[in-house]
Formats: sequence, C-alpha cells, structure tokens
Amino acid sequence: MRLNRSNLCWLVLALITVSYLVFWALLLVATATYSTPDSWLQVLRSPEIRHATFLSLVTCSLAAGFALLLAVPVGYLMTRLEFRGKSWLDAALDIPIILPPLVVGLCLLIFFQTKVGKVIELAIPFTYQVSGVVLAQFVVAAAFAIRTMRGTFQHLSARPEDVALTLGCTRFQALWHVALPAARRGMVAAFCIAWARSLGEFGPILVFAGATRMKTEVLPTTVWLELSVGNLEAAVAVSLFMVLLAVLVLVAVRATGEKV
Amino acid sequence: MIQLDHITWNVSGRTILEGVTVAIPANTYAVLMGSTGCGKTTLLEILCGLRQPTSGRVSLDGVDVTDLEPRERGIGYVPQDLALFPGLRVREQIGFAPKLRGMAPEELNQRVNRLSEQFGIAHLLDRLPDMLSGGEKQRVALARALAARPKLLLLDEPLSALDESMRAEAVSLLQRVQQEHSLTVLHVTHSSSEAAALGTLHLRMVAGRLEVESKG
Repeated sequence: MRLNRSNLCWLVLALITVSYLVFWALLLVATATYSTPDSWLQVLRSPEIRHATFLSLVTCSLAAGFALLLAVPVGYLMTRLEFRGKSWLDAALDIPIILPPLVVGLCLLIFFQTKVGKVIELAIPFTYQVSGVVLAQFVVAAAFAIRTMRGTFQHLSARPEDVALTLGCTRFQALWHVALPAARRGMVAAFCIAWARSLGEFGPILVFAGATRMKTEVLPTTVWLELSVGNLEAAVAVSLFMVLLAVLVLVAVRATGEKV
Repeated sequence: MIQLDHITWNVSGRTILEGVTVAIPANTYAVLMGSTGCGKTTLLEILCGLRQPTSGRVSLDGVDVTDLEPRERGIGYVPQDLALFPGLRVREQIGFAPKLRGMAPEELNQRVNRLSEQFGIAHLLDRLPDMLSGGEKQRVALARALAARPKLLLLDEPLSALDESMRAEAVSLLQRVQQEHSLTVLHVTHSSSEAAALGTLHLRMVAGRLEVESKG
C-alpha cells in the first residue's frame, strides 16, 4: 500500500489508539503479575473478603434495580414530553455525574442529620448501615441509568405509541404494552451500567456508610482498607476480581447492542 | 361525518394550519394532497387527538371531540412508517385493540383470523415485523387499525413504500376495505394517480389552508 497523506493520517490515529490500549494492558498486566493466582485465591477465600464480595453483589444489584425503576419513567418523560425548563431539568439530572464522589457522600451525611432525614431514619436507618451503602450507590448509579434509558427512548420512534393511543391505550398502557417491550435491551444495558457503576463506588460509601469490616465493607472499601495496612497482595487480588466483574458487565452491555 | 371548523395550528410563532374548515360526509373516500411540510400529517394528528389545535373544533358524527383523548375518538390511524409494534407478532398486532378492550380469547382469535384472511396475511400470523416485506407490513397495519372497528380511517401515505406493481394491488385492497367496512377514509398522498383511483372527494392543502378540489 502506498503511503499517501490520507493513509499517513489513519496510521497516526491508529498509533494513538493502540498506544492508549497498550498503556491500559500494561497497567493490568503489571497488576496481575504482582502476585500469583494461588495467593489471589487465598485472599478471596478469607471471611472478610467473602463478606465484602457478597455484600457488593447484593447492594449493587439492589442499587441497580432501584436505579432502573427510577430511570425508566424519568427517561421516558424526558424523551417524550416537551415542557418549559426541560433543558434545566436535563442538566440537573446529570449533577450526580459531575459532583465529586466525596461531596455526594457528604451531602447524604448532612441530609440525614436534618429533621426530615432523622424522620426517615426512624423508619429505615441509613447512616453507617448496609442500607446506606445501597443508597450511596443508588444516587450516582441512577444518573447513569437515566442517561442510558433516555438514549434508548430517543432511538425508539414515538409513532407506535401514538398508534397505540388511537387503538385504545392510555399513556400508561402505551408505555407498558409498546414502549417498554421495545426498550428491553436498553433496560438490560441501564441495569448493567448502574450495576458496574455501583460496584466501583467508593467515596460516598466511605463517607456515608463507613468502612466497618464484616458490616458495611464492600469491595472498593476492601481495596482501600488493605492498602491502608500495607497488604498490597490482598488489594491486588480484590482489584483483579473487580476487573473481572467489570469485564463481564461490559460484555453483557455489548450483547444488548447498547454502548456504555 | 368529519367536520373541521377553523382549525389553526401554530408552532414556534409559525402558522402551519390556518382556519382549516371542511366537512367530509360519512362513507366518503377523501384524498388529501399538498406539498411536503404543508401540514397534512399535522392535520391527521389533530383529527385523531395526538395534537391539540391552537384553535378550532373537530367534530365526528356531530359530536365535538376536540377535547377527547385519542382512544375515545374511534379513529383508526395508519402513519406513513406504519409503526408496527416492535417485538409483537402479527397475531398480537392485529389483536392488540380487541385484547385491550377485554375481548374473550375465542372471539379475539376469530376476529384476528377473519381480518388476516381478508388481508391475505393468515400465513404471517406468527411473524415479527422485522420478518415482513413492505407490502405485508402495510396489510398488517391496516388490519390492526380495523380490528378496533373504527368509523373513520386516517391513512398517511400508506403506499409510499410500495413498488409500482404492489401499489395497484394495494389501491384495490383499500377500495374493498372502505366499502366492506363502510368507512369514512381520509388518505394523504403525493400520488395523483393514487388520488384519482381512490378519491371520491379531493382536497388540497395550500399554504396552511384546505381547498376542496372536486367531488367524485
């Protein structure tokens, strides 16, 4: 192939892309080769890590489920209804994405010290509890789930729903019978993205739910706790386990045809 | 009978429809022509209640339906893209409206079978929309609209996706359907030949106003 200017341009762009991927591969390889598979397994078998793993899987699933329940109606509203102030509301929904994670945790902590927060805690205690872990994961994950569902509904034509209205549906029935079945791939993607986001959540959990071993410790907290006592091997083992889970989620999202 | 009384539609300070007034008698096959973007689809959407007019009234058989929801108007609507429901089989598409109204399964099956035979799509009942040709989709969309037993059928360029040979067949199908179901039809088209073959009342939209061209 002759190296003309156009080809040279593609070659440079490809080199930039490959360099970035190689950098990431080197990071992962360096982490993976820091210790042996035997020591990974030994670490992952310890009661504390098994508890943290179990708690992570449960809280991430709950947070992602709640995020999806919120994301579907909000995403549908933001896509199908035109109203004054929509662009402001649209921007407000992205606030949890741009806020520093520690600030989210601090906001939660302060809120539950107010009168309203204390009344809520009489019914469901959140601060420094497992339910607090779920809430901290949910507040950030929901913003990502809403983004995904908004994109899903934007790609779906509103026409079938219009036709459903003329065939006898109420707006709720059109959403339930027509829009939701058509959006099921997007719903799976939104759940997976919210789940993955919850799995990596650390700052808000640390501030709002704490890092108590065998109580509110989730996998990112484990990495931090192990690092703080100089146990790098355990931190590496847990990190690699989280990388594996993240890759599985990425594969699941790609299988739905959606993009993260 | 459709009665449109001074229908106006403004959007972003622009007038799309201006004082549209027309009466279409019952059992008439009306065809509506006009240039692209002149407001034909908007008029259909106002008729079936998907949009509220800025001003003016819509009456069907002497009843003012302007403030009624689409589901309360008894209008069948076939949009240009046909808008079949993704993920629903042909059987479910046709049975959608009767099932929604709580029709018994046996009666529902009978209605779906009768309509599918009438439209020559009985062999397609278990297919999904992705597995249908343009002509098949058009028949399914028509059968789905008629399963709700509407008094009025609105068709927005329903034949635009069909090739020349299928179009002639579709024209005769529409004539047959209108007569057999005693429907009032308002059919939007760009094709003069389609309009000549089907229309008993010819309407034209010019600069947001509706003109009656001829009565067949």
